[in-house]
Amino acid sequence: MYSTKYIKPNSTSEALEAIKSMGEGKFLAGGMTLIPTLKQRLASPDGLVDISGCDLDSISDEGDTIKIGAMTKHASVAESGLVNKAIPALAKLADGIGDRQVRNRGTLGGSVANNDPSACYPSAVLALKAIVHTNTRSIQADEFFTGMFETALEENEIIEAISFSKPTKANYVKFPNPASRYAMVGVFVAQFNDGVRVAVTGAGEGGVFRHAEMEAALSSNYNADALSALEISSEGLISDLHASPEYRANLIKEMTKRAVV
Amino acid sequence: MNEVTKIDGIGSSVRRTEDKKFLTGKGRYTDDINKPGQVQAYFLRSDVAHAEIKSIDTKAAQSAPGVVGVFTGSDIAADKIGGPICGWVVPCRDGSSTKEPPHPLLAQGKVRFVGDAVAVVVAETMEQAKSAAELIDVDYNELTPVVDFVNADKGAQIHEEVPNNCYFDWELGDESATNKAIESAAKVVKLSVRNNRLVPNAMEPRSALAEYDSLDESYTLHTTSQNPHLTRLVLAAFMFAIPESKLRVIAPDVGGGFGSKIYVYIEEAVCVWASKKIGRPVKWTADRTQAFLTDCHGRDHVNDVQLALDDNNKIIGLRVDTVCNLGAYLSAFSVVVPTILHGTLLSGQYDIPAIYTNVKGMATNTVNVDAYRGAGRPEATYLLERTMETAAKEVGMDPAEFRRINFIPKDAFPYQTQVALQYDIGDYEPHLDKAMEMIDYSNFEKRRAEAAKRGMYRGIGMSSYIEACGLAPSAVVGALGGRVGQWESASVRVNPTGTISVFTGSHSHGQGHATTFAQIVADKLGIPMENVEVIHGDTDKTPFGMGSYGSRSLASGGSAISKAVDKIINKSKKIAAHLLEASEDDIDFKDGKFVVGGTDKEKAFGEIALAAYVPHNYPLETLEPGLEENAFYDPTNFVFPSGTHIAEVEIDPATGVVEVVDWAACDDFGNLVNPMIVEGQVHGGIAQGIGQALLEDAHYDENGQLLTASYMDYCMPRADDLPSFKVGYTNTPCTHNDLGVKGCGEAGAIASPPALINAVIDALSPLGVTDMSMPATPQKVWKAIQESQSVAAE
Ligand SMILES: Cc1cc2nc3c(=O)[nH]c(=O)nc-3n(C[C@H](O)[C@H](O)[C@H](O)COP(=O)(O)OP(=O)(O)OC[C@H]3O[C@@H](n4cnc5c(N)ncnc54)[C@H](O)[C@@H]3O)c2cc1C
Repeated sequence: MYSTKYIKPNSTSEALEAIKSMGEGKFLAGGMTLIPTLKQRLASPDGLVDISGCDLDSISDEGDTIKIGAMTKHASVAESGLVNKAIPALAKLADGIGDRQVRNRGTLGGSVANNDPSACYPSAVLALKAIVHTNTRSIQADEFFTGMFETALEENEIIEAISFSKPTKANYVKFPNPASRYAMVGVFVAQFNDGVRVAVTGAGEGGVFRHAEMEAALSSNYNADALSALEISSEGLISDLHASPEYRANLIKEMTKRAVV
Repeated sequence: MNEVTKIDGIGSSVRRTEDKKFLTGKGRYTDDINKPGQVQAYFLRSDVAHAEIKSIDTKAAQSAPGVVGVFTGSDIAADKIGGPICGWVVPCRDGSSTKEPPHPLLAQGKVRFVGDAVAVVVAETMEQAKSAAELIDVDYNELTPVVDFVNADKGAQIHEEVPNNCYFDWELGDESATNKAIESAAKVVKLSVRNNRLVPNAMEPRSALAEYDSLDESYTLHTTSQNPHLTRLVLAAFMFAIPESKLRVIAPDVGGGFGSKIYVYIEEAVCVWASKKIGRPVKWTADRTQAFLTDCHGRDHVNDVQLALDDNNKIIGLRVDTVCNLGAYLSAFSVVVPTILHGTLLSGQYDIPAIYTNVKGMATNTVNVDAYRGAGRPEATYLLERTMETAAKEVGMDPAEFRRINFIPKDAFPYQTQVALQYDIGDYEPHLDKAMEMIDYSNFEKRRAEAAKRGMYRGIGMSSYIEACGLAPSAVVGALGGRVGQWESASVRVNPTGTISVFTGSHSHGQGHATTFAQIVADKLGIPMENVEVIHGDTDKTPFGMGSYGSRSLASGGSAISKAVDKIINKSKKIAAHLLEASEDDIDFKDGKFVVGGTDKEKAFGEIALAAYVPHNYPLETLEPGLEENAFYDPTNFVFPSGTHIAEVEIDPATGVVEVVDWAACDDFGNLVNPMIVEGQVHGGIAQGIGQALLEDAHYDENGQLLTASYMDYCMPRADDLPSFKVGYTNTPCTHNDLGVKGCGEAGAIASPPALINAVIDALSPLGVTDMSMPATPQKVWKAIQESQSVAAE
């Protein structure tokens, strides 16, 4: 790790001021992704702005949505009574991330800002019509994820919270990469009065994506059988040591079937 | 005097006395040790697999902050420091010997794998050393890398001394008799198998801390070693040309080895060298990436097998042609593993009248391959047990019955195999029967049918393995090309109050010697275990010993301890005879007491000890005072643990996921000293075997880059990948050591991969699947299912 500055401000505005004062600074959330990157000398930011003191870790029921602060840890989401009541699938997703240690450090905001193509949360954001609230604006989920490790966030823009719409039904099923146990394919299915949304993570070369054909099929019939006749294309799917695009296509269909119960 | 409170002798499952410190995080490993004035070493490693070094510019690094020295291969060459040596070589078919290219401590002229050390930076802190290393400019002339070991003979030559990239081309057995058997056979079963490449992944990465004392011109090296005396010998005699007495090697707590910490690596030697050069203690600790790149890997074989059967399905011949990957340089035991520890095991548990094997050991631009838990024996067992299962299916016999009719019969021991070894004792049907009972083999088809109703494929597979452990009779080792003896040593010091210090040449890096060895001594002397302390891992304390690998600690090291204790008892009898005014022949030793036969006259062991050290009433004219004995035990044969493991799996056809649903292991390890520790070893071994069969695969791409260089891509077995194991035993005590013990450390890793792959194939056999390579990953299994279905559709 290259030596770098470390600052821990007490509010979002202080955090923004601090990061602007650095040439190229980085927000530090749970550090589960950022710190290993620094340790391997793959990044050398001018400074780290730790946002764990900025009061961004509350969970609230806003009627049609559940609003979760960016600094809320995976373990807190998994254990939250509010989340378990309104969107149990989201609590289940959080409970399946990494291991106990990771869940007690890693945060919602960190995961979503990072947009790892194998991360779990982005699929929930996309399927649950979430709105990403930053210090300057509110971004619709469909506009937020712009590619592998890429988002609509501007430089020094900070995620403050994310609002997830309450579905009538939802589920997340993940097929873990055998080694890392990140999602090799993860499917978040959410049913709303106006239709079904299916978001797939772990599989797309461009990161998380919605699957239009499965959404159409499930919107007209919310049943695993509705997917049987569908041919899932392997185009644009990731190819790596663990899974070919064809195998991933198979898993997308299979995980979706398992999610629709 | 201690009262005899309890006896935790041979056969009781005493809790491991060493676990308190390990479980409370108080273990003391090499990296925990710091010396005043210590500096850190960081190795700049090649990021290309095969290249000539045109130039290395270290100028900028030399003057970077905190740097106290930057060295390259030319500095090592100038000081005439040798490289690691190969501890065992074999003859080649053409009469030549194994080709042994030099392995310089830092690259000289060429780099041969990604991770090859090019330079070392020594600095005040590790971060400074790393930053300085980034300033070193190495100009490479890249050469075509050789990665595919099967075709390595056609690749660019890696070492001048190794034509066709072939280190050796070795054979064993009677080729013409075997070929004749194959020609005359009623049936020949043919199979090609691959033994996947594995990364050992000890929990503690390698580490070294070297210190030079300029006053008495001696070195002290703390290092992560399974055999500190061998490390000292190699460093002193072969690398530095200094007297052994000027080098003390300490292997303190060592967090796992699995073979990977047997060898002397370049890093520890460079630290020793640099500690004198710089005049300050030098420490190096690998991070996990370096461990992946530079720890010796394991396995990596392909084997072509031909098994000849007569009309009655009896085996009449076996031919195995093997090519194995030894990597960029020869390592200490990399030659013996695929030859002597592999070819000699090919008879398995079977009576095979003709066997021939040929093994070619190839050089590639990958890290060295050497012993890994089982070392050669898992490879032999895998190919044989896969072939046995395939043969049974091809001739339409139950695999258990096919094995049974080919077992070496119980009354045929000692049994001389056609591949050099003579098995002293064994009895194979009982462990086959017991394992079948443990897993309820006879009702398997019902379970298969029930699983099918749930849409799952259920399969069962077995493996009846043998291993040769307890390395080894030194004369045999010598005759087979070994350059070391394979005895073990022990020194038993009775302290004046009757407590015992045992100094062993074995080394514990997780095996629980402090407990097992203390039990042996406590049992033999009839004293409580807590009165026995086991000391290991320090060349200044323990007698010269060969260390721990090849499941030799108990059979060889334990036997040495037993012998030393016998000497203690013999001398004690003389002392007791004197004190009790009786003839030595009339003294019986039982339950910690020396008794004059037929009387109530007795002396406790502690009283004898005291008399030996306070010899006021003592036969000084005929007997030396004190009570301390050494023993060097050279076994007369290998020991031959055997057993049967049966695996049961369920496969989800939609995802290809293999779930191990049941496991029965029935092993014959001879007498058990601590059954709980043995069971732990069995569990760990099976876990590693399941890892090999389902999860683990070290994968280099065609450029020689290790793609699986972290846990993001290299898949280790986790607790939830494993079923609850059913473990059982049979016992035919070893005939040639006092304790009647064999060895249990590697059995699980040897037995399990073929059992599991046989089960996977059995599960898929309704689809016509007859083969599956390791690891049977979900993707691979799913693909096999897809392909079988498309074949069926045609
Ligand atoms: C062993 C292990 C296993 C894991 N398994 C999984 C898994 O199964 N599924 C899964 O989804 N993830 C997994 N993760 C990733 C984990 O969820 C991380 O916590 C997460 O990706 C990053 O969150 P963090 O809070 O640690 O962010 P950090 O590492 O602190 O930051 C990550 C990036 O986001 C930026 N950032 C952080 N917060 C904000 C914010 N509020 N606004 C703007 N930018 C911000 C940072 O500047 C940085 O660039 C795993 C991680 C580990 C170490």
